[in-house]
Amino acid sequence: MIRRQQIPEELGRYALLAVALLYLVGLVALPLVVVFVEAFAKGIGSYILALLDPYALAAMRLTLLTAAIVVPLNLAFGIAAAWAIAKFEFRGKNALITVIDLPFAVSPVISGLIYVLMFGAQGWFGPWLMAHDIHIIFAVPGIILATTFVTLPFVARELIPLMQTQGNDEEVTALSLGASGWQTFRLVTLPNIRWGLLYGVLLCNARAMGEFGAVSVVSGHIRGQTNTLPLHIEILHSEYNYVGAFASASLLALLALVTLVAKTLLERRHPELRAGVATHA
Amino acid sequence: MSASIRVRAAARLTVAGCGALVCAVVLVACSKPAGVGGPASVTLLNVSYDPTRELYEAVDKAFAAQWLASTGEHVTIHQSHGGSGKQARAIIDGLEADVATLALAYDLSELNVKAQLIPADWASRLPYNSAPYTSTIVFLVRKGNPKNIRDWDDLVRPGVQVITPNPKSSGGARWNYLAAWAWALKQPGGDDAHAKDFVHKLYKNVPVLDSGARGATVTFVDRGIGDVLLAWENEALLAKQQLGPDKLDIVLPSLSILTEPPVTLVDKVVDRRGTRKVAEAYLKFLYSAQGQDIIARNFYRPRDPEIARKYASRFPSIKLVTIDDTFGGWEQAQAKHFDDGGTFDQIYAQ
Repeated sequence: MIRRQQIPEELGRYALLAVALLYLVGLVALPLVVVFVEAFAKGIGSYILALLDPYALAAMRLTLLTAAIVVPLNLAFGIAAAWAIAKFEFRGKNALITVIDLPFAVSPVISGLIYVLMFGAQGWFGPWLMAHDIHIIFAVPGIILATTFVTLPFVARELIPLMQTQGNDEEVTALSLGASGWQTFRLVTLPNIRWGLLYGVLLCNARAMGEFGAVSVVSGHIRGQTNTLPLHIEILHSEYNYVGAFASASLLALLALVTLVAKTLLERRHPELRAGVATHA
Repeated sequence: MSASIRVRAAARLTVAGCGALVCAVVLVACSKPAGVGGPASVTLLNVSYDPTRELYEAVDKAFAAQWLASTGEHVTIHQSHGGSGKQARAIIDGLEADVATLALAYDLSELNVKAQLIPADWASRLPYNSAPYTSTIVFLVRKGNPKNIRDWDDLVRPGVQVITPNPKSSGGARWNYLAAWAWALKQPGGDDAHAKDFVHKLYKNVPVLDSGARGATVTFVDRGIGDVLLAWENEALLAKQQLGPDKLDIVLPSLSILTEPPVTLVDKVVDRRGTRKVAEAYLKFLYSAQGQDIIARNFYRPRDPEIARKYASRFPSIKLVTIDDTFGGWEQAQAKHFDDGGTFDQIYAQ
């Protein structure tokens, strides 16, 4: 009796598991393996040479620079915005939340185009910028602007639900005991949100380094100058340089893997973060 | 107790984060940008269309060596590649190109019309209407030509998938479109209505429009989509060389179009940057014997008759129409076919 009931149940469970596994292997694991197989197709020597190519190095440098500027900016903004939204009541709060979500909602290509329309030679501020020899579009500042826009919601979106669940009680207590605003933030709020914060920063960083669409629009694609790693990969690939393309791609993939492992470790230590994931846009 | 541990952890975290940031910035700041030479050095930006990457890589190297030998100045040439129309748009939007080397004259004229970056008579400043080489449009098919594609009318057969980029953004695609139109026009009883109908049928067989010629080549060759790629002759020859003659065949249609990709320096930019002299020398180099030889080796048809003879076996003769004799020049062709509401919009909307 018992066995007859168990077998179909188990079958169903394994069938579901198999489908999920197949799906993951086909869509995620296999392409990832392909990246590394292609990267090492001509041996480790070619792989290293491809990574030491001056254009590849320039692309890595630009990608690092972009992330090094964008992530702290959005970190500061994210904390400020989440703090304001979670701890205070004010008019226009919903509007602010919507605006923060906007970069998630619009296509990255549009995100790039708005900056071309503002700062391009034919754009609103173009002639003035030109006259003062200030380069924004088709130069590094444009890439940083576009990346900042695209990655703006990550930290804020991670912190808002976290801070909302935590409420104001601890801060109010600290203030009533005579702590200053800055002390309250530093000694009470920051320790409470630090893991969520780190998590947001990880996601923000991953996207900042990997962004393609918005950056592609404002970059101008000048080799060695305005090509980030993702743009460089596309160029190498369309030049039939598969080892080079996949070697650079393997760097980005490694970065993603490191981020993922860091995220998993964080979640294991702090299960409450998973709640934050669910509310993530 | 636990609060102070928390604070210390947070502090450590902050310090670690700042440390990583400082390291990254220092790393970036200390490393020299690629290609910066000694004291006497100058940079040029060549904004070009999609398939010329390999050509200009070779040209840039040879020109830099020649310029160093004759002037003692190091010149570094930066390259940007993309669909021709898209690249023209970027220059108009402020991409600081010292020289623009695009797929067709109309895109360069836009630099004059839309932003007065170059004078109206730009084309007459260099020989051959400022086009230092020519090419044509051919068919690239899979090895053995399994769909037996011989000429333009084979492209409209049901079940034949044709790969060609988007004429709105790609120069090569506009040449493809006009070559197809010209063939239909030259058929017995051919007129504009027939040609439009033919091109309409052809684009019904196009599953995907890439934004540039190279993107289309990758779609066809790498992703294995389609039965025939309408391609620049130079792009077809290069793809065959890069990927092995055992994978692809080139088919020459009975009639095609003479493509003349022009070059110009961008006056407003070179005057602002003080690079006119070196930009002029760079373009003249394309017409020199050495430049023409590099051009031919990269599968573009050279203008220099002597170099053309040397590489004659590479470039079979094929019946060609020109943009001027069949379409009344690029201004007319663009207005009639590719501007908003033109024949391309009409057939593609249907």
